[in-house]
Order: sequence, then structure tokens, then C-alpha cells
Amino acid sequence: MDFLTIIQIADSALRLATPLLFACLAGLFSERAGIFDIGLEGKILASAFMSAAIAFVTGSVWLGLLCGVFASISFSAVHGMASITFRGNQLISGVALNFLASGITVLAAQAWFGQGGRTPPLMGGGRFLPIELPFALGKSDAEAAGVPLRILIEQANPIQQVYSEFISGHTVLVYVALLMVPLSWFVLFRTRFGLRLRAVGENPAAVDTAGVSVIKLRYAAMLIAGILCGLSGVYLATGLGAGFIKEMSAGRGYIALAALIFAKWRPVTALGATFLFGLLEAIANRYQNIDLGGIVIPVQFMQALPYILTVVILAGFVGSSVAPKAGGQPYVKER
Amino acid sequence: MVGAKTEGQQATVAPAIELRGISKAFGPVQANKDISISVQPGTIHGIIGENGAGKSTLMSILYGFYKADEGQIFIHGKETQIPDSQAAIRAGIGMVFQHFKLVENFSVLENVILGVEDGAMLRPSLAKARKSLKALADEYELHVDPEALIENLGVGSQQRVEILKALYREADILILDEPTGVLTPAEADHLFRILNGLRDQGKTIILITHKLREIMEITNTVSVMRRGEMTATVKTKDTNPEELAELMVGRKVLLRVDKVPAQPGEKVLDIKDLHMVDDHGVERLKGINLNVRAGEILGIAGVSGNGQSELMEVLGGYASATGEIRVNGDPIDLTGKYSDGRSRRERGIAHVPEDRQEHGLIMNFPAWQNVAFGYHHSEEYQKNALLMDNKKMVEIAQDKMDRFDVRPPLPGLAAKNFSGGNQQKIVVAREIERNPDLLLVGQPTRGVDIGAIEFIHKQIIGLRDQGKAVLLVSVELEEILSLSDRIAVMFDGHIMGEHLPDQTDERELGLLMAGVTGEGDR
Repeated sequence: MDFLTIIQIADSALRLATPLLFACLAGLFSERAGIFDIGLEGKILASAFMSAAIAFVTGSVWLGLLCGVFASISFSAVHGMASITFRGNQLISGVALNFLASGITVLAAQAWFGQGGRTPPLMGGGRFLPIELPFALGKSDAEAAGVPLRILIEQANPIQQVYSEFISGHTVLVYVALLMVPLSWFVLFRTRFGLRLRAVGENPAAVDTAGVSVIKLRYAAMLIAGILCGLSGVYLATGLGAGFIKEMSAGRGYIALAALIFAKWRPVTALGATFLFGLLEAIANRYQNIDLGGIVIPVQFMQALPYILTVVILAGFVGSSVAPKAGGQPYVKER
Repeated sequence: MVGAKTEGQQATVAPAIELRGISKAFGPVQANKDISISVQPGTIHGIIGENGAGKSTLMSILYGFYKADEGQIFIHGKETQIPDSQAAIRAGIGMVFQHFKLVENFSVLENVILGVEDGAMLRPSLAKARKSLKALADEYELHVDPEALIENLGVGSQQRVEILKALYREADILILDEPTGVLTPAEADHLFRILNGLRDQGKTIILITHKLREIMEITNTVSVMRRGEMTATVKTKDTNPEELAELMVGRKVLLRVDKVPAQPGEKVLDIKDLHMVDDHGVERLKGINLNVRAGEILGIAGVSGNGQSELMEVLGGYASATGEIRVNGDPIDLTGKYSDGRSRRERGIAHVPEDRQEHGLIMNFPAWQNVAFGYHHSEEYQKNALLMDNKKMVEIAQDKMDRFDVRPPLPGLAAKNFSGGNQQKIVVAREIERNPDLLLVGQPTRGVDIGAIEFIHKQIIGLRDQGKAVLLVSVELEEILSLSDRIAVMFDGHIMGEHLPDQTDERELGLLMAGVTGEGDR
């Protein structure tokens, strides 16, 4: 395996990690505020459908993004109502939203476009296109040199290879996702809002007696989770893919939850955890059967690996990972 | 003392807090009935009453947790609405709850600034708080490491953080709800020094408690509550514990325990070189040697967390240990098949656990089932080989509840719906009525009101007078001193020494409890 191949796998891993990263950070805000968010999956799906549908109809990916995020926020709002205002069971609410999203997206897509529960493929302005950063090798360089781009990159120096293949050439949402990592860290650990948000996930009574509204804080967290999860779905349908396909979230919401636990509810480690999952998926995509000195690992195993890892992580093989203490419990005032 | 100094000014200054005609009902239960009270600034005002008398409800109204159905609140002479905690804080009221409201994995500083940060960014707020905490610490003996995480602090320090929180919010009225319930005697003394200091600086303090000794020791004025009503407000120096107890309960109460001298017989319990290592690999019992004779009460004093709980767990059959324990001369199984609670019961060991809600009762189950638990295998509860006789169980429970004065005497009511004292009576009724050879009693009166304490103490002494052995563990020195025929002090998994109650005092025991030996009398 040469250097360029590694770079290309990493490049693919980054793209595949992006929806996971958005969802993982969404879960991070939600769970840090004490709301279990098993409904990430449903929010991704709802947003993916909405953004693809609107982007197709209007031809504007930005309108698609707006509507996708709106769909996700709506789901978040329902989850918030159920678990904050009505003090319902957060797991049940989340699972219900997942089922709802799974059914309603296919139904709406079928009714709207009549293509078997999918949107038509998105073209041109209906998708987020890769951004070529300055000084990166791209199509224009290839035309100028008169050789295919692939050859041009192969001949370039390693730094240029990393820059052109790995760093450059992603859609804007990938960069936004990466930017969200330090931003989330800053908000959570350096601002007043973050302090209160973390406190409300640990001991809401402390926040309440300090004269701060537990309910407002938790709804704020749900709003942030809705936006981030929405971006995850938008990227899935209009950046990574080109349109909505039935069940296209493919368990990413659950994998994001596993990554969240793996990351011990911290933004920077969340980046690492989601990248790991992205990497596994990228390897499975690139290689069919991996031959390890006589033992052939079938591709099916590689494709199953992210899900196996999810189960292993959720089963608690990652050591002591302490969840926010008030997670999953509705806040009831008491003396 | 300090009280005398402030009294002369009272007439001219508006009361720090004045409540007029406060009423509050929860459904059919009238928690507060037409309560009026006036607290002078710069004094410590005690509010005393049994559990469920309405003290906490009243304070919750003052702190904006509940809204009163009727009545007015005046702060420094001005009528004030307190719809939420924010309003209470603005009015200068600070509250130290019985169960601390701290975020455990936050630092002291973060807890202090939570809710009163100076801006959107944390750093400047933290820096400012660090400075003022240092000033407060020097002024009031409130020393806590500002960077320490709450979960690493002891209970006394955590309480100081709560007080610091209130002072940082510039509270000049401080309400403390049962503040000494979780403290050691030394920590309680420290707290009282802090409170005295605060009073001398002109702060007004409301102290809610059910401990008469604290009221007598530190307050200027005391108000007594009974069944939602304020029954009296008196100057502390004009009253005495007996009068206050009578006002609280509504009848004469015996504060001293009445008992005849013990007539110890054979050794019932004999513990030799008992060691126990907990789940974290920490050695909690380091070679315990003890014995309890028939017809005597052995009291084990000590600050909680020094191995008393573990000793009870081993004896009760839910922790394993090494060493030797004999009951009536025969060794009991410490690690094997017969080391469980049921085997212990069959050997005549009854157990009133320290934490009744965790180990003594199933809170969601009705009283009649709780009365049977642990003994539900016994003959009288079986209808036939297959079925239990529920009807009979209810009858037996009803009988026990009547005789032990459990209120309300409803066997069908879930355990959680009884007050602390009545829950304890259910447990005591279950264990004592089995006529055990050895009774283990842990913290028998924790969270139990004064009327029930008297009753439970009588039961324990009654059992002793029948010639049974009693092992009593309590963190209340007063209880140990008044009940025990012999006192052993535990510290750090060791027995520090044994004393006879009439030949020792709280000071001597207190030193042993703190691990100080070498007084020359051992």
C-alpha cells in the first residue's frame, strides 16, 4: 500500500465521518444537557429527505439545507416536548421518532416523486460541490499540463498529495463539521451557556436553585442538536450522495451514539471516534476481500465492522465512560 | 452571649424577614396553616418541629420553590413577591439545602459562579470568584480549595461550598435546612463557629432542625412548628429542651431514656479478629474483636465511614469477611453457602439496617409485604405448599402496625408513603417481634422524629430486658450514651477502646472517634 493510497483512504474516511461527526456533536449537546437522544437516526433521515426533495424541486441546495435543518429541528422539538415538558420516557420518544422518520420519508417521497420512495438524482446546483482550495491540484491544472489529474497527483510531492487529496476537494459541509469540533468545545467549556448546559445534565436541581431555567436550557440543547443533526442529513443526501434513498441513514445515528460514548462525551475525542468509524467504512468500500497472508477476510465482514464495533462499544468494552448523571431523567422540582 | 448584644436594637430595625398569614396546601394536606413569623436582622432564628411539621415547605415558599396559597412576605420591611429562586436570590436570600445542590464533577469555583456568571465567557467570572472566595474564606473560616472537584470533597466541605455559594450571591439572609444531619460533631462545631461569625457580621440566619441541642446552643430565638402550624416563638434563653420537645410533639416527652441497670449473661455474639476487604480492595475492617452478652446493649460509636457499616453488613449477611464470629458459642459461616441473610435470621440474628430505604424496605411495596419480608418463608405465612396466605399476612401486618403505633395504620399503603419514623417502626416491628437472640440495629433514629425516637428506644431497651443481646451502631453520640450499657469506639476499621457510659463523656469519645489515643487511661 503506497502513500497515496493511504491518503486516498483517509480522504474517503473524512467524507464518511462527516455525517457521523455532525450527529455525534448533536448527541453531545443533547446528552450533556441530560436528554438521551436515540432519535438521531430519525432526524438524519428526515433531514436527508427534506433537503434532497427541496433541492430537487427548487434546484437550490441552500434552500434544501434550510428545509433539511428545519425538518430535523421539528423532530427535535417533538422529542423536547415529550421528554422535557411532558416528562416522558426519552428512549421511547426517540425510538418512536425513528420509526416515524423511517416511514414518513418513504411515503412522502413516493407520493411526491413516484420513484419507489426515493428522490430523483440531484444535479448541478442541487448538490454541494467539492471546493478546490487555493494551490491544490485540480482539473484546471490537469488541462494546463495536458495529463489526467490522477497522473498529475501521483507525480506530485507528498505534501502536495496530502493537501490536494485529503485537505482540499471536500464540500463546504465537511469543513463546517471540522470547524464545529473546536467551536463545540469552546461553547461547552469556555462559556457561561456551556457551564449551565453541562450542569443541567449533571444536576438540574443545582441549576434550578441557582435561579436558572432548566427547561429553557434543555430546549436550547435540543435546538442545537436539531441543527447539527440536520446538517448531518443534508450532507448525506446532497454532499456524500446525490439524492435521497430509502433508509439512507443506515444506522448512522446509532453509530454516532456509540462514537459519543467512545468519546466520553467530549468534542475533540468525538472527532477521533467518528473518524475511526469513517475509516472502517472507507476501507470496506475500497477493498473487496482483504488477504492477510492466506486468511481472506470477506468484504461482508469489513462492511459489518462499523456495526460490530458499535455493539462492542455499547456493550461497555471501552472502560469507564461516565455518562452525564442526570441523563434520561425528566426534571421534577422537589424540596 | 451574642444575642444580648443585638436585642437592644431590635425595636428600631425592620425585621429581616416577616411572614404574615402564610398558608399552603398540597391537595387535602394542609402543609402550612396561617403562619406568621418575624425574624430580626443579625440573629440566628431556629425553626424546630417534627418531620412533616411543615418547616421545609415554609422555607421552600421563602426560596421561591412553591407559591403560597395565601399570605405576604416582607423582606426588610418591604413586601416582596418570590415567584422563583431567582427572585429569592435577588431579595438577598440564600439557602443551604439538606441535600446539597452541587454539580459533583464541577470544581468548587464552577459551582459557586453557576447562575451568577458575569458575562458570556467563563474565564473572567472564574478569576473574580477565585478572588472573592479567598476573601470570604479568610473572613468566615470557610476554607475550601476553589479548584477541587466537589466529588473529592468531604460532606463538611461540600456544605461550606453551599454557604459560599449563598455568600457569593451576596445573601444577607441564610436559611439552613437540617445542616448537621450529615456532619460529625467536630464538623458541626465548625459549622456553628461559621454561623456565629456570620451573625456577628450582621447576617440573619434561619436554622431548621429537629435537634434540640443545636437550638439551645446557637439560636437567639426559636419558633416551634407542629402539624403545619406555628405553635410558639420564644427567646432561646427563656426556654429549655423539655419545654420545646413538648411544644413540638404536643405532649410530654421523655428526653432521657429510662432504664434499669443491665444484667449481662452469657456471650451471645463473639467476634474474633474479623477482617473485611471491600469491592475496591480497601480493607475496611482490620481485626475487630468484640462481644455482646445476653441482656446488654453494646453501642458502637464512630464517625460514619470508619467500618461500622461494613461490620453490620458482615453480621447481617450481605458482605463476606475473614475471621471468626460465634453466635451462642457456634461459629457462623462467613463466606460460604450459609453466609446469606436468611441463614443469619435462622441463627437468631435480626437486623434493623442502617439504610432502611435501601436495605430495610422495598419502598414501592405495601406495608404488609414489607412486614413479612425476610421471614416470608416462615410457616405462618404459607397457605399450602404452593401459595402464600396473603390474607393472613395482611392481618399480621395490621396487628403489628397497631401495636407499634405505625401511622397511618394502613397495611395496603406503599412503604414510601410513610414518614421516616413510621417506616422505621415497620422495620423494627418486623425484626423485634421475631424474638431474636441478637438484634443488630443501625442508626435506629436517623431521620426519625422525636416522638418515634422515644418509642423505638423503648422497644430496644425492652428487648434487652428480655435478656437479648443488642448491637447498636449510631453516629449520634447522644443516642449511644443514653442507650448503651457498654460503648466501643470505631476508627479506621479498628476498635479504639471500650468505655462504660457513666464513666465517659462526649469529649473523651470524640477524641477516640477522631483516632486520638494515648489519653493514658487505656
